[in-house]
Amino acid sequence: MSSHEIRFSGFGGQGIIRCALITGKALSLYDDKFATMTQAFGPEARGSACSAQLVVSDEKVLYPYITAPGVLMALSQEAYDKFSGGVTEGGTIIVEADLVKVKDELPGRTTWRVPATRFAEELGNRMFTNLVALGFFSAVTGVVSGEAMKKALPGLVPDRFLKINLKAFERGYEHGREALAGATK
Amino acid sequence: MSCNDNSACGGCNARPDVLPNTHPHKDESLLRMERMPHIWCPGCGIGSVVTAFTEAVKRSGLDMDKVAVVSGIGCTGRVAGYVNFDSIHTTHGRAIPVATGLHLANPDLKVVVFSGDGDLTGIGGNHFIHAARRNMNLTVICVNNFTYGMTGGQVTPTTPGGANASTTPYGNYEYPFSLPFLADAAGATFIARWTSLHSRNITQSIEEALKHPGFSFVEVITPCTTLYLRRNRLGDGVDTLQYYQDNSILKHGADTRDTAIDFQGKMVVGKFVEKIKPTYLDAVNATCAKLIGDDYQLYGKTPPEKDAEKKAAEEKAAAEAAGATAGGAT
Amino acid sequence: MTYVTADPKGVDAGPHFLDGDHALAEGALAAGCRFFAGYPITPSTETAERFAERAPEVGALFIQMEDELASIAALVGAAWGGQKVMTVTSGPGFSLMMENIGLAVMTETPMVIANVQRGGPSTGLPTLTAQQDMMQVRFGSHGDYNIIALSPDSPQECFDLAVEAFNLSEFYRVPVFIMTDETVGHMHEKVVIPPADQIQVVERNNYSGPKEDCRPYNFNRQGGNPMVRAGDGYRFHITGLTHNEKGYPAMTPEQNVKVLTHLMEKIDGNAEHIIRLEESEVEDADVVVMSYGITSRIAIRAVQDARKLGLKVGALRLITVWPFCEKRVRELAPRVKAMIMVEINYGQMVRELERVVAGRCKVVSVNHCGGAVHDPQVILEAIKEAAQ
Repeated sequence: MSSHEIRFSGFGGQGIIRCALITGKALSLYDDKFATMTQAFGPEARGSACSAQLVVSDEKVLYPYITAPGVLMALSQEAYDKFSGGVTEGGTIIVEADLVKVKDELPGRTTWRVPATRFAEELGNRMFTNLVALGFFSAVTGVVSGEAMKKALPGLVPDRFLKINLKAFERGYEHGREALAGATK
Repeated sequence: MSCNDNSACGGCNARPDVLPNTHPHKDESLLRMERMPHIWCPGCGIGSVVTAFTEAVKRSGLDMDKVAVVSGIGCTGRVAGYVNFDSIHTTHGRAIPVATGLHLANPDLKVVVFSGDGDLTGIGGNHFIHAARRNMNLTVICVNNFTYGMTGGQVTPTTPGGANASTTPYGNYEYPFSLPFLADAAGATFIARWTSLHSRNITQSIEEALKHPGFSFVEVITPCTTLYLRRNRLGDGVDTLQYYQDNSILKHGADTRDTAIDFQGKMVVGKFVEKIKPTYLDAVNATCAKLIGDDYQLYGKTPPEKDAEKKAAEEKAAAEAAGATAGGAT
Repeated sequence: MTYVTADPKGVDAGPHFLDGDHALAEGALAAGCRFFAGYPITPSTETAERFAERAPEVGALFIQMEDELASIAALVGAAWGGQKVMTVTSGPGFSLMMENIGLAVMTETPMVIANVQRGGPSTGLPTLTAQQDMMQVRFGSHGDYNIIALSPDSPQECFDLAVEAFNLSEFYRVPVFIMTDETVGHMHEKVVIPPADQIQVVERNNYSGPKEDCRPYNFNRQGGNPMVRAGDGYRFHITGLTHNEKGYPAMTPEQNVKVLTHLMEKIDGNAEHIIRLEESEVEDADVVVMSYGITSRIAIRAVQDARKLGLKVGALRLITVWPFCEKRVRELAPRVKAMIMVEINYGQMVRELERVVAGRCKVVSVNHCGGAVHDPQVILEAIKEAAQ
C-alpha cells in the first residue's frame, strides 16, 4: 500500500483550502486514488497560519487526519515556521520563494522554492499564486498527475478565470519540471 | 349523517359536509359535532370567535377543503379540534411555525392560526414576530383573555398592569404587550382588533383577513369568566360585555402606538392596518425567477394542479389511443 | 416497502469530491426531499447552504427559520402538507428540537433530521468532533417513544444513508436521524451519486380511499400506514395529545397503551428489517470491536493492526445505531471473550451493549471526551488487553 500525507498551508485568503480541494478531487476522481481532505474550522482557521490536509492512498483511507506529512506546501513564513518541523524524513517542502525565508534547510528533507507570486503577477494577478504553486507541487512530487489536476479545476475555480488558472498551473508545472531536471543533473 | 331538516332546505338529503356554502345547514358541517360538547366554560369568549370565524369562511367563498386550522396549546388551542377543516393541534407556542410549514408545502391552502395570548406572544412570541416580518401568507387569530386559562389563570404578556393573576397574586407589575402595536412593528400587513361583543365586526375582519395576501392578524379581546374575571372581581360574562360596550373606542386606522390596554381601561378597536406588499413566497419566486429566468417554475404549484395536468395528459393519451383504434371516429 | 426510482430533477449524478454535509443535502434531494427548514449551526450549516443553493433548480423550498424549535415545527406542517422534509443541526440546536421531535413522533410524521455532532455539553466545542448525542437522540424528548438513527462513516455514506433515512421515515412514519459528526461532516472524499434510475425511493403513501374510512392513524404496530394530506378534502385532525385512530384527543390510560405500544413496536417489532450492520472477521473472533460513524474507521484500523499481531478480533460497525442490534449481540456475547465499544463520548452506547450482554462476556468501553478522534493505538491496547 502506498500512501501520502500532504499539508497545504499559508495565510487566510491565499486559496489554501482550494489547493487541497483541487488536489483531492484530482486524485480521487481522475487518478484512481483514495483521498480524504480535512481542514481546520472556526477561529483557528481564520488569519494566522491556515492549513488543509490530504491523506492519499491506494486503499480506502481509514484514519482521516494526517499524522506524519511527507509533503508540506507553505505559502507564508508563519505556516513554514509552524509546520515544517513536522515533515517526515525524506519528505518534501515547497515554499513560496519571496514570502518564506528558509534560514537553514531541514536535513533529510528536500526544500523547493517556487516564485509563485512573481509568476502569478506576470500572468496578471497574484490571486493565481496558489495555482502556480500547485503546478509546481504536482511536477516535483509526482503525487498527482498534471492532467488530473487540470481536469479537476472546473467547478473549483470561477468559470471566467478557468483559462488563466490553467495557465498559472502550467507555468508552475513547467517550472517544477525544469527544477526537477536541474536537481537530478 | 344527512340533512334531515327538510323545512329549511326543501329536502336535499345531502351529507352536511358536502352541502354547498349557501345551504342553511352548512354551519353544522364546519364544526365537528361528534366532538361536542366542547371544553369551554360558560361565558367564555372563544366560542363567539369560532362562530365568527366559521361564518367568515363561509362568506369568503374559500374552498372549505383548502382551509386548514393550526393551533397551539391552551383553551384557544382546542379550536383546531372542533372545526371541521384539516387541522393540527400542535405544541405550546408552535402553531405559527407549523402553519408556516403547511402553507409553504402547499400554498394552495389558506392556513389559519388560532391562538391564545400566552401561546402566541409568550412562548410563541418569537415565531409571531418573524412570521409577521416575513409577511408569511397566514391568518392569525388571537383570542386575548389576558390569562393562561387552561393552566389556572397565570399572568401573560398581555395581562394589564395591576391585574391579579395566580402568579401575580399581589397585582401584575410587568408592562404588557399591545398586540396590534407589536404586529405592526414586526411587519404584519393586516391588523384588526375587536372584543367578543363585536361579533359582526369580527366576522367582517376575519373575512377580510382570509382574503388578504400576507400576514393578517385579528385580535379579539374576550372574557375568561372562570379565572380572570373571578380573580379580579369583575363579575360575569355579561358584566364584561357591558364593560366592552362602554369602553370600546372605534377608530379605524388608529395609530397602533395608541392601542395599549390598561386594567379595565378604554380599548381602541377597529381595523388599524391594511397594506399590500409582497408575501414571503412572492419574494422567493421573484428572486428565483430573476435568477433562473423563464425556465423557473414558480414554487407553489399545487398537487391538484399537477394532478389535473397529469389527468389531462392521460385523457389526451387515452383519447389518442381510442382515436387510433376507432379509426379516427369523432 | 415499495420502491420507485428517484425523480431525476433532484439527482446530481456522477462522481463528486464532497464533504459529508454537502453529501447529506444531495442525498435528501435525490430522495425527493423538497422542503428544508433550518437554523444555522456549526458544523452542520453547509448542508443548509447546499440545499438553499440547489432548491430553485430542483423546485424545492428552503427556509431559514428563527430557531430550531420553529425548524422542526415547520417540518411537521410541511410533511402534512405533502412534502418530504428535512433539517440539520448540531448539539445545541438538537436540544431545542427535542420538543417538536416529540410532536413528530406522536403524530407519526415522517421527517429526516441530521445531527452533525460536536463536543458538548452546552456550547462546548463548536468546530470539533464528538458522538455525544447518541442517548439524546433516543431518549431526549419527554415521554416514551422510539426512533430510527443511522450513523454514516463517510461523505459517500452521508449520501447513501440520507436516501435510506427518507425511505425508512416514509415507511415507518417516524423521524429518522442521521447521527454524523464534525469529522465526517467536514471531510471531503469522493462521492458517487448514481443516476436517478438506480436510486430506490419510497414515495409518500397518501390515503385516497372513501372519506368515511379516513384515519390518520392505524395502531397496528406496523409500518406502511398511509398519511393524509392537507387539502385533499379529508378534513383530518391530528394532535400531540394521546389520540384515537381518528386523530381526536382520547386521554385515557387504555388509549395510551394502544398508542405507545404502537409507537414502540412499529420500530422494535421490525428491528430485524431496519437494522444494518457491517461485520468483518467476527465469526472466529475472541474480541469484537463495536463502533459507529467516524470512529469505526479508526477502530477498523486498530482491528487490522491487531490481526497483524495474530489476535482473533473482529469488527462490527453499527450503520443503524437505533434500534440497537440486540439480537446480534445476544448471539455473539456467549461466544466471545469481550466486546469493546469505541465511541467519542464518555460512554453512551456501551450502556446499551452492557444491558444486552448482561454479563455473558466482558464489555470494555474505549471512550473519548470529544474534540478529536481516537488514537488507533489506544484501541489496539484495549484489544490486546481484552484478548488475554
